[in-house]
Amino acid sequence: MISNNIIQSGIFLFVLVLAAKPLGIYMARIYEGKPAGINTWFGWLERWIYRFANINPEISMSWKTYAVAMMFFNMFGILVVYVLQRLQSILPLNPMSISSVAPDLAFNTAVSFATNTNWQSYGGETTLSYFSQMVGLTVQNFVSAATGMAVLVALIRGFVQKQVETIGNFWVDLVRSTLYILIPLALILSLVLVSQGVVQTFKPYTKVTVLQPVKDSNGNMIEEQVLALGPAASQVAIKQLGTNGGGFFNVNSAHPFENPTALSNFLEVLAILLISAALCYTFGVIVRDKRQGWALLAAMLIIFIPCLLFCIHMEQNGNPLLNNLGINQKTSALQSGGNMEGKESRFGIASSAIWATATTAASNGSVNSMHDSYMPLGGMIPMWLMQLGEVIFGGVGSGLYGMIAFVIIAVFIAGLMIGRTPEYLVKKIESYEMKMASLMILIPPIIVLVGTATAVILTQGRQAILNPGPHGFSEVLYAFSSAGNNNGSAFAGLSTNNIFYNIALGIAMFFARYWLAIPTLAIAGSLSKKKLVPATQGTLPTHTLLFIIFLVMIVLIVGALTFLPALALGPIVEHLMLVGT
Amino acid sequence: MNREQIKPAVLCFTALTLITGIIYPLFVTVVAQLFFKNQANGSIIFQNGKPVGSTLIGQTFDDPKYLWGRLSATSPVSFNAASSSGSNMGPLNPALIEMVKTRLNALKTSEPDNSKPVPVDLVTSSASGLDPHISLAAAYYQVPRIAQLRKLEQKEVKEIIIKNTRSRLLGLIGEPVVNVLQVNLELDTYKR
Repeated sequence: MISNNIIQSGIFLFVLVLAAKPLGIYMARIYEGKPAGINTWFGWLERWIYRFANINPEISMSWKTYAVAMMFFNMFGILVVYVLQRLQSILPLNPMSISSVAPDLAFNTAVSFATNTNWQSYGGETTLSYFSQMVGLTVQNFVSAATGMAVLVALIRGFVQKQVETIGNFWVDLVRSTLYILIPLALILSLVLVSQGVVQTFKPYTKVTVLQPVKDSNGNMIEEQVLALGPAASQVAIKQLGTNGGGFFNVNSAHPFENPTALSNFLEVLAILLISAALCYTFGVIVRDKRQGWALLAAMLIIFIPCLLFCIHMEQNGNPLLNNLGINQKTSALQSGGNMEGKESRFGIASSAIWATATTAASNGSVNSMHDSYMPLGGMIPMWLMQLGEVIFGGVGSGLYGMIAFVIIAVFIAGLMIGRTPEYLVKKIESYEMKMASLMILIPPIIVLVGTATAVILTQGRQAILNPGPHGFSEVLYAFSSAGNNNGSAFAGLSTNNIFYNIALGIAMFFARYWLAIPTLAIAGSLSKKKLVPATQGTLPTHTLLFIIFLVMIVLIVGALTFLPALALGPIVEHLMLVGT
Repeated sequence: MNREQIKPAVLCFTALTLITGIIYPLFVTVVAQLFFKNQANGSIIFQNGKPVGSTLIGQTFDDPKYLWGRLSATSPVSFNAASSSGSNMGPLNPALIEMVKTRLNALKTSEPDNSKPVPVDLVTSSASGLDPHISLAAAYYQVPRIAQLRKLEQKEVKEIIIKNTRSRLLGLIGEPVVNVLQVNLELDTYKR
């Protein structure tokens, strides 16, 4: 009999790949400006935004102007989220009278949401008002995702256009991504989530009388339970779809009010990968060679599937230290078994491990279980998927442009091996593109490793650690891997709400986002200027199984070699300690 | 250079804030309150008109006559639904082993002659600290104790448990789980 873990993984992947094609075709029509239903019905709204914002949608921008527009928009976004949090106490929709957020935490959260990282130093229900969540964070969930998609679309144009100086209009790409792709999907998802029990209200937190009164840690009898509420569904939907991941509540999608049932969980985890997977297909459609899109999606799946199975395996095996105490961790019809510390009963092992793998392969970072409590090697999978550079699905837009950077590296290396000029999609790849692609691949590991090293040297960095031994080092490495690749998930035992981590991780997230987006736009500009080189017999085909495997190897070798020493100090040595006892 | 992009940046941000930050959540709230009023407001359980809990949020139970749920790492009190939190303890952390042992002792003290191995979700803390469920194995483990203290047949307790069990979606996705609070509410009102 095939175990239920495998069946659940199979259903998830099947539905994902099935949904990627129609959504991919739809998005291609949106970006090419062809009628696709919603964009004809709501064209008036798009035109109103352009009129209101003094935008001429007909103007195509040079890559530098595009980058400047993107940066102004994002900088203003950071400023607004910062100010909203600082003024939270005097702004409306704050029924619980939560005080304003401290400057370092407000900075961290603002950068975190604008960069599509959504690292949570904040505590959700204890830190932010409904107004800050809606007008601050929900907005960034939409526009940071749309920013990533816009940059990707500009890059794709680079492969299609010939001998032009411009790469498209940032505002048009941004507005269309938001209005026609993100909002419709988020509306549907949020309403389904509400039907399952995700809360959506502006009422204050509600009180109930508990059945059995309990003592709190100070010895007082507690007879009431206060249930945190809020407009959660509308935010949860977009935080999943836009690979944002910042929770409405502290424990993110492990909270029963964010993710109450098996169905809500399935849809939320599907939403993590949906747009990123579909964008591969969109890419294929726009470059007029769908095989290229399938090839990239296949490369992603080739890395994703073994990681998923390995993670499930490690978690299902459970914690050997508990076996010694006579605890039953075996899977059966009556229980999922396995390492259940930090996992919800309704998700068990399969739904938790699928989520952990998906959320870190994509740069989502939301969680439905606590990664810090995973087995050493089970928790290494999410960490390593982030360290691969968030290119296995990755963030919406950013994942695919990161993967295309790896493709550029791959065709270049292949070109050297076979003695041909490297080409990709009828464009010559030359030293300028290589320099930019190398920047994109080298910057995140530098941020991660330098950040981790700095943190473990400094007392402030070490004081934040919760778990003793190598697991503590893993917590720090995980934090910088997450921030340095714009993921946002955490080994949450690390107390990062202090000045050192708020600032250090804020800086890491900032550079990881924009130092990759800007070189991407530079490549887009440089490619747009080039003429088309018709494919000849000597052209290396980039849709074959051979090339897919070659690409996978490049991604793995860069990721594995860069981080193996650091991983050896954390999860690997911890695993050895565990099997040694 | 490119200063002309500042104005569109500010105005475009304002327009998108209006649409995605105000109109979108308001629209979802209105539809939710119209069609899913109970779910949108926290799936509250009322008894004699008084709110006694939520079907989605667990409560603490350590009285042996009740079904016990997952451990909860929230502070200052367990199952604090205003401040969700996991334990975040790593698998080798001695504190984790201590926590498990404490729960094991409590289980053994409440029912000394139960020598079956304890299902793992009964001795570990949930991710949210608010998990309303336990596995069927964890619920069945507690049946003899509850039946004895409440002077019920084991079969009767099992029936209440099964009645409050949610199976897998389509028989395949998620895990079958027992709602602890609903079982306990029903145990308290149960009459033969």
